[in-house]
Amino acid sequence: MDGVRPMVDMTTQLATLTLPNPVLTASGCAAAGRELHQFFDVAALGAVVTKSIMMRPRSGRATPRMAETPSGMLNSIGLQGPGIDAFIDTDLAWLAEHGARTVVSIAGGHTDEYVELARRLNGHPAVSMLEVNISCPNVESRGQVFACDAIASSRVIGAVRRAADPSLPVFAKLSPDVTDITLIARACADAGADGFSLINTLLGMVIDTDTMAPALGGGTGGLSGPAIRPVAVRCVWQVRRALPHLPILGMGGIRSGLDALQFVLAGASAVSVGTAVFGDPSAPVRVLAELEQALDDRGFAALADAVGYAHRRPADRLVPEAAEVAAG
Amino acid sequence: MTADTVVSKPVQETAEIFSVQKIGEYVQFTVVAPGIAAGFQPGHFVAVAVGGDNTSMLLRRAFALYGATPTGQFAGTIQFVVAEHGPGTRWLTQRSVGETLDVVGPLGTSFPLPSGPSPAVLVGGGYGSAPLIPLARELVAAGSPVEILLGAATGSRLFGELVAKRTVGAVTVTTDDGSAGVRGRVADVLPDAIERIGAEVVYACGPMPMLRAVSEVARAHAIQAQVAVEEAMACGIGVCMTCVLPVRGDDGRSRFVRSCVDGPVFAADRVRWEDVGTLPADVMGADAMGGH
Ligand SMILES: Cc1cc2nc3c(=O)[nH]c(=O)nc-3n(C[C@H](O)[C@H](O)[C@H](O)COP(=O)(O)OP(=O)(O)OC[C@H]3O[C@@H](n4cnc5c(N)ncnc54)[C@H](O)[C@@H]3O)c2cc1C
Ligand SMILES: Cc1cc2nc3c(=O)[nH]c(=O)nc-3n(C[C@H](O)[C@H](O)[C@H](O)COP(=O)(O)O)c2cc1C
Ligand code: FES
Repeated sequence: MDGVRPMVDMTTQLATLTLPNPVLTASGCAAAGRELHQFFDVAALGAVVTKSIMMRPRSGRATPRMAETPSGMLNSIGLQGPGIDAFIDTDLAWLAEHGARTVVSIAGGHTDEYVELARRLNGHPAVSMLEVNISCPNVESRGQVFACDAIASSRVIGAVRRAADPSLPVFAKLSPDVTDITLIARACADAGADGFSLINTLLGMVIDTDTMAPALGGGTGGLSGPAIRPVAVRCVWQVRRALPHLPILGMGGIRSGLDALQFVLAGASAVSVGTAVFGDPSAPVRVLAELEQALDDRGFAALADAVGYAHRRPADRLVPEAAEVAAG
Repeated sequence: MTADTVVSKPVQETAEIFSVQKIGEYVQFTVVAPGIAAGFQPGHFVAVAVGGDNTSMLLRRAFALYGATPTGQFAGTIQFVVAEHGPGTRWLTQRSVGETLDVVGPLGTSFPLPSGPSPAVLVGGGYGSAPLIPLARELVAAGSPVEILLGAATGSRLFGELVAKRTVGAVTVTTDDGSAGVRGRVADVLPDAIERIGAEVVYACGPMPMLRAVSEVARAHAIQAQVAVEEAMACGIGVCMTCVLPVRGDDGRSRFVRSCVDGPVFAADRVRWEDVGTLPADVMGADAMGGH
């Protein structure tokens, strides 16, 4: 680093949506932006991804709702939220007022709930994209998680795609807890998904050895943080390889610009910073600055040139400028 | 009777450690954090990063503020008290003067202060007495008669006895094992204290069972109690929803509210103590929980 501000074109494209930069918050790790705005201007992010919203107000699960684990944490929040009406009236209104681009994450217990949520959000000026959280139990299928079943996933994504404003990209947020994530991704793509958010948390459990019972009120919880990063990078790599024409929003344990760069090189056009925010409230803007520097250091003039770069054949991988960096 | 609580405006600061002092089983930190000191009100807390760069401990640890000095000698410092509990607090207690800590604060709500002089009893359990000391100073300065009750499992876990005596004079100590002061629980000596000074309000900070007991005594005396709770927190700034507890609102309906931004100070009669750690059926949105 020579102290000169890097000059990398950081704009990125998520289907039809153009963002000025590729760093976003992660659903459930930034509420609706207001609290983080005390630490940095949320309009400076690529976008704010809001906590998954459902039709009705939800209490969430009993406490304890978290357990720290090595380089990670388990959470069992249970999608606590105000319901779509209050969300639109207060949270979306606040985001619009503060000029923040917004990706709204929607969640449901059955396909009709997702469809109704998409309809309610149609035409709202603050909404730039929908992220469909399908890591939810399907009440019509004995609680089986949508994202673990290709047919259920494609049904939800297809229905949301048809119901949503055609100008809004619809991203399917997939779970890594499947045998082959590309099968689910392909089913969603066939149903009309415009891209993927990869990955949601991994199901985990901690037993408290004092009480000799599960540490979380909900028993199991979702594992997040750097502990899951290699799994997430692998998922991005596999889906990029299987469906190279569809954009990916990558996430899972991103704590630094170099972490973000791994996702970009594996095929992500943008990244979400989730759990890292709990340890460092300004992590998203720091990751953005570090990513820009890392791209500059490697001779990339534009972020877009680095997306999926690790998939190139070895002979095509070293751009001349990057070779110089490596040499000197 | 009481004025509104002061909701904090947090900042993140790299704070140099000015002093580290061992007091009984506790370690008292004074660190240079002018932005946090400037916004401090009694009841606010800080969230401190632990473990250093690239640590496997991702989450900040919460500590109640024991004091802040925005101006004058030692200007821009804040103080907090750490009890060693697990790996994070152990890492902290091994820090020394001149090193820096990454601190976010002030966080949460403060203790609401009476609008005029008003007799008050302050009840601290273990390190829970730390935030009550600056509160006592403010109450005394406003002309309120104040008594402080300090309780702990054993003598070495008492905090702030000397400074409490210097601040208010009237201090009662209890320990479960009788190694210091009166043997028993601190809530047991609360009724006498309330009656002695004709208290109109009780303030408390300590373990949840103690707060619940304090709440019951206050209710029996038909006076208000303001208590600072301690719930496990992942973010401390209101974005993650881990730190909730069931609280009755002005409209009579109960909600899961975040103790990091809507608390840690709550009116004790609003907290549904018996339901903490459960999902009561009448909490707002509990009816939507099937399956998840
Ligand atoms: C508002 C508030 C004020 C507090 N004030 C003080 C204080 O003034 N002095 C003091 O010594 N301690 C205080 N605590 C408790 C302190 O935060 C915990 O003891 C500490 O987080 C334990 O971390 P650890 O790594 O040592 O323990 P571990 O048990 O290894 O921690 C594992 C995880 O659980 C969380 N955790 C564990 N115990 C608690 C707890 N009791 N409360 C909250 N989170 C917990 C940790 O943050 C961490 O994420 C306060 C807690 C809160 C919420
Ligand atoms: C406390 C918490 C709450 C979360 N809530 C949601 C949610 O509501 N919807 C969702 O799609 N993902 C949710 N996630 C998953 C994150 O958006 C993200 O996919 C995952 O945590 C991996 O990224 P990270 O390691 O950077 O946190 C949540 C994660 C955490 C830690
Ligand atoms: S600790 Fe995250 S919302 Fe309170």
